[in-house]
Amino acid sequence: MILPLEGVVVLEFAQFMAGPSAGLKLADLGARVIKIERPGAGESGRKIAIKNLFIGDDSLVFHTINRNKESIEANLKDEKDLAMIRKLLLRADILLHNFRPGVMEKIGLDYDSVKRLCPTMIYGEITGYGKEGPWTKKPGQDLLVQSVSGLAYLSGNRADAPTPMGIAVSDMLTGAHLVQGILAAMIQRGRTGQGAKVSVSLLESTLDFQFEGLTTYLNSGMQAPIRAEQGNANAFLGAPYGIYQTSDGYMAVAMVPLARLTEAMEVPLPAEYREPTTWFDQRDAIMRLLASYFIKNTSDHWVEIFDRQDLWCMPVLDYKELLEQEAYRVLRMDQEVVTKRGEVLKTTRCPIRIDGERLFSSKSAPEVGEDSAVIRREFDL
Amino acid sequence: MKQVSLEKPLQDIVVLDLSQFLSGPSASLKLADLGARVIKIEKPIEGDICRHLYNSNVVLNGVSSVFHAINRNKESLVLDLKQEDGKRKLTKLIQSADVLIHNFRPGVIDHLGFAYDVVRQINPRIVYGEISGYGKAGPWKDKPGQDLLVQAISGLTTLSGNDGMGPVAMGLPIVDILAGSHLVQGVLACLVRRAVTGLGGLVEVSMLESILEFQFESITTYFRDGGAPTIRTKQNNAHAYLGAPYGIYQTKDGFLALAMGSIVDLGYLLRCEPLKEYVTYESWFDKRDEIKAILAEHLQKESTQFWLSLLEPADYWCADVLDWERLFKTDAFQVLEMIQTVQMGDGFEYKTSRCPIQIDDRLLRSAIGSPKLGEHNASIEKEFGL
Repeated sequence: MILPLEGVVVLEFAQFMAGPSAGLKLADLGARVIKIERPGAGESGRKIAIKNLFIGDDSLVFHTINRNKESIEANLKDEKDLAMIRKLLLRADILLHNFRPGVMEKIGLDYDSVKRLCPTMIYGEITGYGKEGPWTKKPGQDLLVQSVSGLAYLSGNRADAPTPMGIAVSDMLTGAHLVQGILAAMIQRGRTGQGAKVSVSLLESTLDFQFEGLTTYLNSGMQAPIRAEQGNANAFLGAPYGIYQTSDGYMAVAMVPLARLTEAMEVPLPAEYREPTTWFDQRDAIMRLLASYFIKNTSDHWVEIFDRQDLWCMPVLDYKELLEQEAYRVLRMDQEVVTKRGEVLKTTRCPIRIDGERLFSSKSAPEVGEDSAVIRREFDL
Repeated sequence: MKQVSLEKPLQDIVVLDLSQFLSGPSASLKLADLGARVIKIEKPIEGDICRHLYNSNVVLNGVSSVFHAINRNKESLVLDLKQEDGKRKLTKLIQSADVLIHNFRPGVIDHLGFAYDVVRQINPRIVYGEISGYGKAGPWKDKPGQDLLVQAISGLTTLSGNDGMGPVAMGLPIVDILAGSHLVQGVLACLVRRAVTGLGGLVEVSMLESILEFQFESITTYFRDGGAPTIRTKQNNAHAYLGAPYGIYQTKDGFLALAMGSIVDLGYLLRCEPLKEYVTYESWFDKRDEIKAILAEHLQKESTQFWLSLLEPADYWCADVLDWERLFKTDAFQVLEMIQTVQMGDGFEYKTSRCPIQIDDRLLRSAIGSPKLGEHNASIEKEFGL
C-alpha cells in the first residue's frame, strides 16, 4: 500500500493540542511533518502534563500527540533563522499554525506573505474565536470554548451544574476540521495549481458539533434543551435513551421502542406510556420507572435478554474492563513508539484503515531540534 | 458581511452515499459543503430511518429536525438495491462516481452485491468509504453501532461529571461525529493520492476505533501508570487527569470556567488567602480536591462578571459559561454568521448552522435544504441515462 499522503511535506508551527492533532493525522496518513520549534524550550505543549507524567523532559501528552513528526529549531525573531524557514517553505506543501491572530503577521509568515513566496502553499490556521469580533484576543482553550459555546448545558443531569466534557473535544474536532479543509484544498490544487488558505476556529467547530441540537432549537421556538432528571444521555431524546444502574454496574440503552423493551424485561408498560409522543413528554417518569426495574438484576442478565432480541443496549465499561475484551484485542488499536533515548511508549494508533491495512508508526515525538541537522543538509538550508 | 465562496474545493466530485442515521451522513454533509455533489441513495417507502427518528417530537415539513440538519445540500435518489433494476442503476452510477460511502453492518453490502472488490471492478478510480460499529471481526462485529452504546463500552463515560456520579454520557453523538470526520479525512487523503496514482482506494473506520483514538491522552496515561483507574475530581470536574483549578464553578449569579493556571496567582487575583499556600506545581494535581473545595466556596461570594474583571486583565484563562440563548446575543457570536437559512425543493425554509471551515477567508455556505425522499430520481435518471 502507498500511504495516501506520501511525498507531502507539512510545516507545523503549532502548539498544545488542536494544531498538533491535525499534524498527527496528516503524518499518520503518510505526510512528512516537521515541527518548527523555538530553540531550547520548543513548543509550550511540551510542559503541559496530565497527572504530572513526563517522559524525559517532555510531558506524556506531548509525546502522544507529536509522535511520527520531526523537529527543527528556529528562532522566528531572528532574521537568519527566518530566512532559513523561508527557504524551507519552498519545499513544503502545507503550513499549519495555531497562533493567536496577529502573531504570524508580525513574524512575516502570514498567508499573503507566504503566498507571494510560494503560490501553491496550503496554509492552515486555527484561532479560538475567529479573526474578528470582541473575543479574538481571548485564550483559545478547550474548556473555555466548551463553556461559551453552550456545550456544557447538554451533558449531565437536569439539576447538575453545566457539565463540560472531560476531554479536549473542541481541540480535537477543530484539528479534524482543519485536516478536512487542508485535504480538500490539496484536491483543489490538483485541479487549479493554486494554493489556498484554510481557516477554522475552536468556537465554530464546537458549534458545528452541536448542529443537530442547534437546528432543533432554531426551528422550534428557541426552547432551551432540558436534560433528563437521571441518566441523561441526550437532552433532545425521549425515554428510554440513557444510562441505568443495575445491581452490579451500569447499562446504556439507546432508542428502543418502549413496548419491546418492557416486554423483553418482563415488566408491565403502563397504558399512559403506549403512545410514542409520551416518551419525550413523560421522559423522567418513564426513566424513573425503568430504573426501578434495572436495579433489580445484573448487567449480564439484562444484556443477555436484550441481545437475544437485538435490542440496542450495552454494558458500561471502564478502561480495565474494555481492554480485557476480545473485541478490543481484535482491533489491535494500540502500538508502541520508541523515543530517541530508547524508551518505549505504548499509545493508540490512527483509527483510519487504508486499503485494508491499519496505519501503524513506531516513530516517537522528537526532541527539540532533533532533526535540525538532517533537515538543513537535506534541503540545503 | 463575510464573503461567500462560489468556487468550492471539491467541485466536480460525485459522492454516492448509501449510509443512514448520522455517522455516514455527517461525513457526506462535510463533503457536500466542501463542494462535492452528494447523491443520497435511499430505500423505497421509508428512506433513511433518520427521517423518522423521534427527536423531542420536533418534526419539520414531515421529517425529523435532525434529518434536516444532517442531510441538507444533498440530492435523494430512491433505489431498491434488492431488485435487479436498482442494482443496475447503482452500477451505472458507480461508473461516473468518485466516492461511495456506506455504514451497513458487516456483511450487508456484500449481500447487496456492492462490496469494495465488486465496486472496484466497475470503477478502479473510486474511493470507497465504510463505517462499522466495532470493526469487521471479533465478538462485537454484529452489535448495533449506535453512538451511546459505543460511548458506554469505550470508557468514555468515566471521564465527565464528578467522582461518585456514576457514568456520565456525553449528551450528543460524539462517536458518530468523530467516525464521520475520520472517514472524510481518509476519503480526501485517498482522493489526493488518486491524483498521483490514478487509482482509488478503500477507507475503513469503525466507531469504536474512532472513539478510542479520541481518548488517546487518557488511554496512553492508563498504559503508562500501570492501569490506574480514572478518578474524576470530587467536585467541579472538567478533566479527570488535570489538576486544579480546571473546572466550572458556581458564582453568586451564574458560573465561571477556569482552565489551567497557577493556584498561587489565582490566590492573589481572587484575593483568596488559603490558595497562596499551594506553592508547588505538583500540589495543584495531588491536592486538587482540597483546592477545588476552597475555590468553589470562595467563588460563590461574588458574581461571574466580578471575577472575570479580576482575572481577564491578568490574562488568566477563564470564561463565563453560556447557554445558547446568551451566546446568540453576544457580538462574538453574531460576527461569525454561523446560522444560515436553507430552502427545500417545495419552498419550505429552515435555519441551521453552516460548515465551520473557511477557504480563502470565504464562508462555505449552501442554501439547499434536505431533499424529499426520491426528489431527484427523475433528474438523476435522465442525467446519467439510468
